[in-house]
Amino acid sequence: MQTHQFDAIIVGAGGAGLMAALYASKGGANVAVVSKLYPTRSHTGTAQGGIGAALGNHEPDNPLWHAYDTVKGGDYLADQNAAKVLAENAIDAVIELEHMGLPFDRTPEGRISQRRFGGHTSNFGEKPVRRACHAADRTGHMILQTLYQQCIKNQVRFFDEYHVVDVLMNRGACVGVVAVQLGTGELHVFHGKATLFATGGWGKMFQVTSNAHSLTGDGAAVTFRRGVPMQDMEFFQFHPTGIYKMGILITEGVRGEGGVLINRHGERFMEKYAPRIKDLASRDVVSRAIYLEIRDGNGIQGKDYVYLDVRPETVNRYLAEAGESRRVTGEEIEKKLPDILDFCRVYLGVDPVKEPMPIQPTAHYAMGGIPTNVDAEVVMDENWTVLPGMYAAGECACVSCHGANRLGTNSLVDLVVFGRRGGMKIAEFVKQADLIPLPANPTAEIEAEFKRLRASKGKIRPGQIRAKMQKTMMDYVGVFREAKGIQQAIDTVEELRHQYQTDLVFDDQGYRFNTDLIEAWELGAMLDLAAITAQSALARTESRGAHSREDFQQRDDVNWLVHTLACPKQASPYQTGPMEIELNFKKKVDLSLAEVDPRFAPKERVY
Amino acid sequence: MDVTFRIRRYNPEIPGKDKPHWQEFKLSDVEPTDRVLEMLHRIKWEQDGTLAFRRSCAHGVCGSDAMRINGVNRLACKVLVRDLGNRIQVEPILGLPVLKDLIVDMEPFFEHYRAVMPFFVNDTPLPADGRERLQSPEDREKFDDTTKCILCACCTTACPSFWANGKYVGPAAIVQAHRFIFDSRDLAGDDRLDILASPDGVWRCRTIFNCTPACPRDIEITKAIGEVKLAIRNGSTEGIIEVRDIKHEA
Repeated sequence: MQTHQFDAIIVGAGGAGLMAALYASKGGANVAVVSKLYPTRSHTGTAQGGIGAALGNHEPDNPLWHAYDTVKGGDYLADQNAAKVLAENAIDAVIELEHMGLPFDRTPEGRISQRRFGGHTSNFGEKPVRRACHAADRTGHMILQTLYQQCIKNQVRFFDEYHVVDVLMNRGACVGVVAVQLGTGELHVFHGKATLFATGGWGKMFQVTSNAHSLTGDGAAVTFRRGVPMQDMEFFQFHPTGIYKMGILITEGVRGEGGVLINRHGERFMEKYAPRIKDLASRDVVSRAIYLEIRDGNGIQGKDYVYLDVRPETVNRYLAEAGESRRVTGEEIEKKLPDILDFCRVYLGVDPVKEPMPIQPTAHYAMGGIPTNVDAEVVMDENWTVLPGMYAAGECACVSCHGANRLGTNSLVDLVVFGRRGGMKIAEFVKQADLIPLPANPTAEIEAEFKRLRASKGKIRPGQIRAKMQKTMMDYVGVFREAKGIQQAIDTVEELRHQYQTDLVFDDQGYRFNTDLIEAWELGAMLDLAAITAQSALARTESRGAHSREDFQQRDDVNWLVHTLACPKQASPYQTGPMEIELNFKKKVDLSLAEVDPRFAPKERVY
Repeated sequence: MDVTFRIRRYNPEIPGKDKPHWQEFKLSDVEPTDRVLEMLHRIKWEQDGTLAFRRSCAHGVCGSDAMRINGVNRLACKVLVRDLGNRIQVEPILGLPVLKDLIVDMEPFFEHYRAVMPFFVNDTPLPADGRERLQSPEDREKFDDTTKCILCACCTTACPSFWANGKYVGPAAIVQAHRFIFDSRDLAGDDRLDILASPDGVWRCRTIFNCTPACPRDIEITKAIGEVKLAIRNGSTEGIIEVRDIKHEA
């Protein structure tokens, strides 16, 4: 075992982690970034359409309108102070990214070019607004590359392919992490004053997902096992437009450029569900509409998919109908959506300029996660008690600026804004904080867990358990939910956790790049999060944002303007037996904007 | 359909498997539209969990799973069985030390990347209005192609000049340098051109063109390398890249 000491340890090297690393190191902290992937492999790089910021480069815009759209899109579960910070800081963060060299597309005047995106409007919901700053349809790739480049320039220390498997606590504070060096199998302890988790989401819990294989929720699971509650885990976003069967994301930017959703009868069905902004309604609304169309037999060939149509003739027909003067050509679509066209051509043999794309909703984004305040400090309860030394940002965190449903582009905003704030806060913190010693035998428990896993000589392969978990979560804790199905999911996940604990088998007993063992361990993390997600979903007896209960179809602001905190009740992180959690509903939603401006008060959400 | 995979294996931890060797796996019920990566997962998850390879996004964006597939560098997640037939050979990319099965040591590759100053440099005062630096759509277009690079190493490990001499920075590092050299906002272009004019720089490229078809992002790599060579020869980036008309949109 080796021990490394730094002021700050950043776990994960996507947008939030790199942003935090950059700003902490610029603030004078000695920073290590520990990541299970090479940084440029992180999932931020797959974000496509844009990053929202009220720059107003094409038409008037205002951060307050952005905050309003965020709160409304989140079905009023978003903490309004966080939504305000998100929208206001977005402007500075995007400008700073440009100053770091990020190659945004440009307007004729040379400013950052912006496009429309779902749920983003001007003047409190009046009409769609061009707010998404874009670099073709690879905005996330550009953000990830730019941040990695700047970290190299600032000589940030990287530990690539070091997989964090435990978080270390001592004297009521977080003092670091334990990681497996994948190339050798050796354990390393990273000891620091501040630790920031930026480990991304856990979409691999579901059968059809846009998420990378690496998105298994490790960071959230290890913090939970060490006593940190998980907030709002029942809210998981299904993006409306994933490539049929494969789940690969087709950006909302396609609809931003004028693409429309079409059912088997050739109807633009979103006109029924969101008369005002139609295909650009927020994602939960559009995903539900697609499910309802499919349920009514309106899927293509009666199957479980619909078409996304961005052929110039279709786009131009609807533009003309809407009285807009803009027209598009095939060449422009090639220029603006090159990656989307490439995905469809490679994986489907479909050319979107000539044919519509078959799509279905795909599990995309965890709104819930590790609870934090707006400075990315981890908070433990409804009183916002800070856990000293521990921070989280990006998808693994729950600020909560997204509430019950995240708006498109706001994931990139979230990770740059709160990664940046976290990095700044850490730089400040490490200047005055003392280094708390490591706990005795810091690797003992995780070593025992890996020993147990290695010794497991059962009958069931991790892949079998994983596939069953993914199908169960998709079927019963997906776009639509009801008590009986959720209970079924809870029971099945417990059965799978039991199998995982008692009857697992895998092949590789080596140490060098033992991806077999690591995948098995990742499955354990996902099973824990699946259990928490399902239990949280069962408890929330209302429909709000992405959490849509068929047995409780109304939003219930009297009883449910609260966050769910799932607190671990287990005596040890690796206790076997059923997942024991205590659900706490005492953390009220922040309504500070509504207190001064009635337009922010919760009301029915109409698009 | 039935497909036979022939995979180059190497595991230094296991006596008898510690020399590179081939192993065959048979898969049935394969769909022509299945990705090679999915098939590697089926082998790993159903037949032999010790098979080691890198992967993440599974749709050609993260750059983890560069491999030599039927003799050509590809991303395993971006090549379909129907394009390969029912005998598929998979081996690690060439020119980097193999660590286990399909996993190579990427450090030499990233060392070359870091050597070309792959980051934006401009220390002049920021615009007084607190907003973005301006750049015309035409200037932005000049380096658009090379911003697409995902550092997968398909190009560098397809290059005979790199195979012959690992000190050569290789196509990927030149692509990365190109992205900044031709960015009108960047001010360190001359420094990068100096680095690339060194003996292990751009002149080791013999214009063999292996890099261009190897690129999963369709970057015109050989062309980009040629543009860097011209800039070194001319001592300037002026007039090298012609931008076709861009339609200005309101």
